[in-house]
Amino acid sequence: MTWETVIGLETHVELATATKIFCGCTTEFGGDPNTHCCPVCTGMPGTLPVLNEAVLEFAVKAGLALNCAVTRCCRFDRKNYFYPDLPKAYQISQLYLPICHDGAVDIRTAAGAKTIRIHELHMEEDAGKLVHDPWIDQTRADYNRCGVPLIEIVTEPDFRSADEVVAYLEKLRSTLQYLGVSDCKMQEGSLRCDVNLSVRPAGAPALGTRTEMKNLNSFKAIARSIQYEARRQIERLEDGKRVVQETRRWDENKDATFAMRSKENAQDYRYFPEPDIPPLELSEAYLDRLKAQQPEMAEARMARYQADYGLPAYDTQMITAQKALADFFERAVALGAPAKQVSNWIMGEVMGQLSARGLEARDMVFSPAALARLIALVQEGKLNRNTAVKVFEAVFEHDEDVDAYVQKHGLEQVSDAGLVGCVAEEVFAANPKSIEDYKAGKEKAFGFLVGQVMRQLKGQADPAVVRRVLRMKLEQN
Amino acid sequence: MKITEEMVDYVSVLSRLKLPAEEKARMTGELERILDYMDVLNALDTAEVEPMSHVFPLKNVLRPDTVEPSFARPTLLQNAPVPDEEAFLVPKTVE
Repeated sequence: MTWETVIGLETHVELATATKIFCGCTTEFGGDPNTHCCPVCTGMPGTLPVLNEAVLEFAVKAGLALNCAVTRCCRFDRKNYFYPDLPKAYQISQLYLPICHDGAVDIRTAAGAKTIRIHELHMEEDAGKLVHDPWIDQTRADYNRCGVPLIEIVTEPDFRSADEVVAYLEKLRSTLQYLGVSDCKMQEGSLRCDVNLSVRPAGAPALGTRTEMKNLNSFKAIARSIQYEARRQIERLEDGKRVVQETRRWDENKDATFAMRSKENAQDYRYFPEPDIPPLELSEAYLDRLKAQQPEMAEARMARYQADYGLPAYDTQMITAQKALADFFERAVALGAPAKQVSNWIMGEVMGQLSARGLEARDMVFSPAALARLIALVQEGKLNRNTAVKVFEAVFEHDEDVDAYVQKHGLEQVSDAGLVGCVAEEVFAANPKSIEDYKAGKEKAFGFLVGQVMRQLKGQADPAVVRRVLRMKLEQN
Repeated sequence: MKITEEMVDYVSVLSRLKLPAEEKARMTGELERILDYMDVLNALDTAEVEPMSHVFPLKNVLRPDTVEPSFARPTLLQNAPVPDEEAFLVPKTVE
């Protein structure tokens, strides 16, 4: 029998606000335990949470970019559960009237184009971090992350493969980064994913029993856990067993999913409207203002780079995949560097350095101005391409001044025909055989002589000048 | 509404409470009386009344995204039943 995998995603994204959702504590990542906390985010009695206006703005912007409808009259709800990562014993979330709903995201995989429907997008607060201390056999609660604003984006069960899930997440990450509403750093937990997965005979109308997988913090883990869990469910069904609806934990080290204790599956959140946060009523003017602020997204930039600069589709896709690279490209071009050159440098040397150093494009200090200057030096004939690459590698890490570096290391290209001529004489004297070969019509000998002159000049000569001078001298000889 | 001992057990699991047998019996009666009061409220005809989530005529209460100093850690931890110098300590919960 052929089986079909059906997947829906719940993605939690930490918003890049300066402060928490309901208090003025910083959202900065890390920090000593319980140093980014106050009575509001540690759930002390008698405190009053007040919504951060940037959270509302970011959530609406994200919803608009995901083609959602915005709930003009919305409110928060209280989700009750007793677990020490949540000191209030409830999470302020949205159940009945989420801020955005019914969106759509277009994705593209090897299997073709497809639209993933967004069920809803809602605002909520993050929980704290629990670390068990085996020495004292107690759990230590750190509430620095408690109250950091999240949006949860819930899709319809529209995915049929791990490829589609990864394509969607890449699109989502790029969109949120372009909007500037989240940095989406998976390793810091600012983008986290729960996967709901079921299998059914291909073509069957009804959905199978699903399991939910949590603890997925990399695209690789997501893809592998989907493959594992689909296979596990199919094997059960083919053995005549049934799939149990449960929450499963992905174990990266064992490459398998495990059922979580059944108590943790007991879900009875007793939601009710959050009395501490008054309802929200969003005006048409407010929504219009946010719509006007929506930036140009990756797809629009791709199209523009192709139309305005004649760049190939592949190049524009690579450059716009990360907003930081696209911004870098635009700044270098604005400084007068030819777009095709900038694109070649980004796709080659810049991406090479980033991956060699394990750096994210947005953390790169190397400046567009430095790249524009390097390109200009090559164009003016002052640096040859190979030397320029060496200069680039040297200044990349600290964005040192390109001109100062070139001067300090005496790398400027020799285009002085007189000097090249002198060196050529020395090379001729040392290689009489090559001159005979050249005269006998062996073009290879010419290449050898050019190479020798370049070597004498430590690779800093303008190859065009060397060729011209050598031809001239050989003809006279 | 009739409250059974099983219902009390379920609620105490959700709220992480360990109830001794005699308290369970007491809770059964108390919860029943609380829910009986709901019956009094339910007897009112509210067909024509629009549901309301908030009592005060307030909306759009927002604050600017400006960082304010957090509390000193010792001040926060002084309310914890069991702290160490950095964190709130709770019974083992992590698997």
